[in-house]
Amino acid sequence: MRKSGIIYSLAFLFALCVPMLGIYPIFMMKLLCFALFACAFNLLLGFSGMLSFGHAAFFGTAAYATGWLVTAHGWGTVPAILAGVVVAAALGLIIGLIAIRRRGIYFAMVTLALAQLVYFVCLEAPFTGGENGLQDVPRGSLFGLLTLKSDVAMYYVVLAVFAAVFALIRRIVHSPFGQVLKAIRDNEPRAISLGYDVNRYKLLAFVLSAALSGLAGSLKTLVLGFTTLSDVLQANSGEVILMTLLGGSGTFFGPVIGAALVVTLQEYLSDIVGGWVTVIIGGVFVACVLAFRRGIVGELAALRFRRRSPQPFAGDRQP
Amino acid sequence: MTVILGQLMLGLVNGAFYALLSLGLAVIFGLMGVVNFAHGAFYTLGAFAALVGLQWFGVNYWGALVLAPLAVGILGVVSERLFLRHVYKLEPLYGLLLTFGLAMIAEGSLREIFGSSGRSYPVPDALRGAINLGFMILPVYRAWVILASLVICGGTWFMIERTRLGATLRAATENAQLLQAFGVNVPLLFAATYGGGVALAALAGVLAAPVIVVSPLMGNSLVTVVFAVVVIGGMGSILGSVVSGLTLGIIEGFTKVIYPEASNIVVFVIMALVLILRPAGLFGKE
Amino acid sequence: MKGRKWARVLVAAALAVLAGSPAAVAAGGEIVIGDIDDLSGTYADAQGVGGIEAIKMAVADFGGTVLGRKIVVLSADHQNKPDVGASKFREWSDQNGLSMLIGGSNTGVSIAMAKVAAAKKVPFFAIGAGGASLTNEDCTAYTVHYVYDTTALANGTASTIVKSGGKTWFYLTADYAFGSQLQNAASKVVEANGGKNLGAVRAPLASMDFSSFLLQAQGSGAAVLGLANAGADFSNSLKAANEFGITKTMKPAALLAFISDIHRLGLQTAQGLYLTTGWYWDLNDDTRAFAKRYFAKMQVQPTMDHAGAYSATMSYLTAVKAVGSADSDKVMAELKRMKINDMFAKGGYVRADGVMVHTMYVMQVKSPQESKYPWDYYKVVKQMAGEEAFGPVTGACVLAPK
Repeated sequence: MRKSGIIYSLAFLFALCVPMLGIYPIFMMKLLCFALFACAFNLLLGFSGMLSFGHAAFFGTAAYATGWLVTAHGWGTVPAILAGVVVAAALGLIIGLIAIRRRGIYFAMVTLALAQLVYFVCLEAPFTGGENGLQDVPRGSLFGLLTLKSDVAMYYVVLAVFAAVFALIRRIVHSPFGQVLKAIRDNEPRAISLGYDVNRYKLLAFVLSAALSGLAGSLKTLVLGFTTLSDVLQANSGEVILMTLLGGSGTFFGPVIGAALVVTLQEYLSDIVGGWVTVIIGGVFVACVLAFRRGIVGELAALRFRRRSPQPFAGDRQP
Repeated sequence: MTVILGQLMLGLVNGAFYALLSLGLAVIFGLMGVVNFAHGAFYTLGAFAALVGLQWFGVNYWGALVLAPLAVGILGVVSERLFLRHVYKLEPLYGLLLTFGLAMIAEGSLREIFGSSGRSYPVPDALRGAINLGFMILPVYRAWVILASLVICGGTWFMIERTRLGATLRAATENAQLLQAFGVNVPLLFAATYGGGVALAALAGVLAAPVIVVSPLMGNSLVTVVFAVVVIGGMGSILGSVVSGLTLGIIEGFTKVIYPEASNIVVFVIMALVLILRPAGLFGKE
Repeated sequence: MKGRKWARVLVAAALAVLAGSPAAVAAGGEIVIGDIDDLSGTYADAQGVGGIEAIKMAVADFGGTVLGRKIVVLSADHQNKPDVGASKFREWSDQNGLSMLIGGSNTGVSIAMAKVAAAKKVPFFAIGAGGASLTNEDCTAYTVHYVYDTTALANGTASTIVKSGGKTWFYLTADYAFGSQLQNAASKVVEANGGKNLGAVRAPLASMDFSSFLLQAQGSGAAVLGLANAGADFSNSLKAANEFGITKTMKPAALLAFISDIHRLGLQTAQGLYLTTGWYWDLNDDTRAFAKRYFAKMQVQPTMDHAGAYSATMSYLTAVKAVGSADSDKVMAELKRMKINDMFAKGGYVRADGVMVHTMYVMQVKSPQESKYPWDYYKVVKQMAGEEAFGPVTGACVLAPK
């Protein structure tokens, strides 16, 4: 565990130096938001073994909540972010209660359909601005003390939040609660036979994952200054799955790497190949599923240690 | 009153498409255990095959009805052999993810080649004109769509439930290894099933081409609704998918009259209710 | 653990290299003109790739340089998404030394981009987007609304139809900023001329099936079907209306149509339609000369947006040359002072609120028999002076109080 501590510190050091290196802060912040989203998603996929196809619903709903509270009601930055998280958690509770009744593919399809429902609600609801979305969301200030208008200031705040959530997720996974989740992922019937109220654990994991995804969405709204339907689109759910799979689900740093790669690819490839980026990303997806299921970090770890790191859905055989 | 009847009629037309598409999805899932996320993409490919056939090769609508599903079916068989067969031994969720990736590739490519705004496909001459039903003027073509899909759905159901070939397919679901021991070429069966299922989707696409705008995004918006239809009907039940598809189309049409804003989400709301009350689906066997 | 460590260091390094490189593209004294538009979707034919070509033609005609600085043209596809358009604008402004932004087409995206223009102080020529709010509630000191807007369209098409007998209206409206603004503008004109608005139905942008919306329109019993949409939405809804026999009982009103739409629909379907345009290729020798050059490159006749893009680029470069710098405030002041006299507009000028006031034309689409040569589609019904078409200053823009 000490070695991973060194690695994380190195990565964090690099992240701290980013503005000095001349890298575009807005790009890095977008990357961090999506890395956060992927880590939150991985809590559900990698560590609890549940594939949700509709996580964009939580990301986007929190984004809309924060954006709306700040623009229409003049809320402060931090309360608005917290409100976004609460909204996402509440939505997670509702969707979770319905979806957890099924497992495996059925669970995935239910989350897909319910997320689509959320999309249409966001399309029609009067306060979301429909196709235009919410524009010109001001960043405000941190507790009235530090103004966030400067990109660099905002960057450090986002980085701090990301680091905190990353540490939190590690804490959750290594806790007794996390161990039970892993047990459920590996062999649910056995966990039930051991007397655990499996549905409650799964629901809690779902709500946590939803809440943290919401945090990512709220932050993204403030970083970029707008919320639009893209945030609740099906494609967004698909992308976070790709990021996690590509980087390596069931690892901590995997989703971060995956998110970094996908966001970077989209940003710079689209300048060169335009819309073909989607096709390339689809190709990467297919390649991942066929040959690269453990993801980058997972495969490298397995190579080094020749032991099988857990594949996603390891024990999940029932419908 | 006339407005309601008119919307119900249109709803029935939409329901016919839902039924056709969920039929293919149910066949593939029921017989192969694969949730084919790419179903919408094959539907779109079918419509584009008809469009390209007309514009580049002069193949008319009736030719397209036969050739497009054939071409797409072959593409389906190739995809199954190249990609899909590797995931059978894995968890079912990988099949979902793989087909999701394939859908992205197909739809993205179509969008880059043809642009996202869509083209129009002309209604075939024999089916032009409209019938005055009193409460609305129904284009002949849409009446044809309802008729054609009912016939196809009925035919497919009959083939699977009542013929020997269908029995073989159903046996493969239950125990593929045993069936292979009996000398049946199971991999070929799987490939053919996938090809057949997506050919059905492509057929729906050709039928849809004169009705809606042929655009690379047409399958995307439809596939989620079709998934919900299949969940409502019961994942493995063909009869369930067809009946649910038609019924939900009509319910959607009805919603457009009484509460238009909800027409997009009514299918999902019903799905949520079904999941709470009867998780196996209305016709599901579990 | 070592494997993971190296993996992370390698990836971090790769990311740093990748992320660092675009920062180096910042302008070294160049004049950077950016075009962010719908290059592949609903509005791609009205402006799209042809707009980029028109801008390049203007740059070439101007000489390729201004004040000794090279002129560079960038382009990007906003895919009708406000976030994509706004992000790209911001990125070009931060990283590429953007001097001027042109394009838009989609009103929602253009409103978002106008906000970025104000924040980054970059002149923005909104071309193709119709929403009049761009020069009212959403106006900025850096927005110039160049070719047409929803007010002009309503004053042209709607008033012509109401005055010729179409008194009761029902609208099929594209469900976003442009559609609602166009519907509102038309409704006002209809009422002002003694007509009645019976209702509206909203269809999502890029809808695939208009049949259920059209059925509702028919149920209203109105005399006129007001099509408050554009581009592919317009052609598709008109075709569906024909298919359902609605055009037999209701007169379709093409509140926004480009010559690219008429070309796609064909004269058989489109004949008799009234529409309002800011420019037509066959008006006079100047317009025909430009159209000929454009046609040679693009194989289609230019729409008003294409001609507008050319003219806007020329006007901008002329203003830059006149004030001797690319300073946005100075250039904007000059733009609002100078007169615009080219093949696009004679005696055109930019008003305080950003509207480029110029002559608008109400046209009627010819029948197949009346059309004598390819692309001979329009006959002029009425020529409206700019002040009449765009109406008086409303006072909704803080820059132009009543």
